[in-house]
Amino acid sequence: MKNCEYQQIDARALGTPASSFQPCTEMKVPRLRRKWEVFPGKNRFYCDGRIILARQSGILPLTLGLIVVTSVLFFAFDCPFLVTHLTVCIPVIGGVLFLFVVISLLQTSLTDPGILPRALPDEAADIEKQIYTSGSSMYRPPPRTKEILINQQVVKLKYCFTCKMFRPPRTSHCSLCDNCVERFDHHCPWVGNCVGKRNYRFFYSFIVSLSFHTSFIFGCVVTHLTLRTYEVILLHQKESPARYPFHIICFFSIWSVLGLSGFHTYLVASNLTTNEDIKGSWSSKRGAEDSGNPYTYNSIFINCCATLCGPMPPSLIDRRGFLPPDDIPPVAAADLELSSFLAKNDTNMVGMPSSGHTS
Amino acid sequence: MNETTVQLNDKTARTHILQDLQHQAAIASKVYVQRDYNSGTICKFQTKFPSELESRVDKQQFEETMQTLNNLYAEAEKIGGKSYLEGCLACMTAYTIFLCMETHYEKVLKKIARFIKEQNEKIYAPLGLLLTDPIERGLRVVEITIFEDRSIGFGR
Repeated sequence: MKNCEYQQIDARALGTPASSFQPCTEMKVPRLRRKWEVFPGKNRFYCDGRIILARQSGILPLTLGLIVVTSVLFFAFDCPFLVTHLTVCIPVIGGVLFLFVVISLLQTSLTDPGILPRALPDEAADIEKQIYTSGSSMYRPPPRTKEILINQQVVKLKYCFTCKMFRPPRTSHCSLCDNCVERFDHHCPWVGNCVGKRNYRFFYSFIVSLSFHTSFIFGCVVTHLTLRTYEVILLHQKESPARYPFHIICFFSIWSVLGLSGFHTYLVASNLTTNEDIKGSWSSKRGAEDSGNPYTYNSIFINCCATLCGPMPPSLIDRRGFLPPDDIPPVAAADLELSSFLAKNDTNMVGMPSSGHTS
Repeated sequence: MNETTVQLNDKTARTHILQDLQHQAAIASKVYVQRDYNSGTICKFQTKFPSELESRVDKQQFEETMQTLNNLYAEAEKIGGKSYLEGCLACMTAYTIFLCMETHYEKVLKKIARFIKEQNEKIYAPLGLLLTDPIERGLRVVEITIFEDRSIGFGR
């Protein structure tokens, strides 16, 4: 009986747009959704999941705008003068630094900072079961902390109610992105993304290269003004003050960027995150003698290498992976089994879920 | 669907059998092996033998699997000459080489995936167990699915 029905569907599926058979023909090749489409955090995805951005881009357009406008003004007004008076290397160095800054900025903003995927329901239930030994009928939320020993130091792991898991050490939940981020440093509005384990090195190279870039531009501008002043005084030439406001912006931003670079250099050298430093997690002020940082290698060189040159961890959220077909509603799933009987030699149907894994 | 998979006589048949186990066989329970943070934030799983698996698999075999898995992750996260070279090269190219080159970590992850698949095929599937690659659970847990006894002996 069933076989007759399958044959009927097979014959009609070829051309008839009958509404009763429409779902079956559509369900024969269900569109497998990618995991980014059902991602629970507050993120935006572009290019079919290749690019990830926080929902609030913050002042990233302003950051990009300031950098581009200042650099363009530099190339347009200061470079011609300096090339003729000094050397042609100036725009070349400026160009290289500018490219470095923009690439690092885009990488910081558009990379997954180290988001931890939320626990699946089975896993969350298992964690709760492990905590409760007695069979209490009343639901109680799990205790908020768990203490573990890392390098003979007591570290408290907190339970994340949103992600339904105990956060690994150094992980924090960003309320702006609604994600747990590994080695959470801070959420940077200038960059429009969290800074975490995976993009800290991009962020650091961004602020360091930006320091060099702004210092370089500032140095060139001062040189230009000095040489110009001599020419104005000696040769009675005209002055053009139109671009000075941007140079003032450059002057003020140098100190903040330099300060930030210095601060992060200190953090890298002591293997700390901004989050830990602000909270004073490992500060000796706490009184306990052995409340030092358990993650440090006790060597500035190794700390720097580990943080900046360590292996690049993979993205754990697997944005472009396909969702398993179990997520397809039961009615359509029955039709899927139906059509697999039709395509006896078609191994693609069975093999499809496993072929969608790309990191 | 049983007849379809049994008809295939190549290695893909075993993979399909494992997937059939997932889709058809009743799942009795799932066991989760959590991360071990005693050595810091490196990826390492607890090697303690879960009590739910006592009737299914040999303790030593399980601990050996977990230890090999931990060693593989340690290899992926090893900070040494090779990772420094990769890091410095990446830094000089403004990290753009990550767009075209496969990192050392990703290479080891593929090795881990192959290892888990092999362990499943050789040891755990015949015992009605299935290890899930931790990367599919965000490197939080090793999920072990225990299938009901009556589905064992399927294709072996």
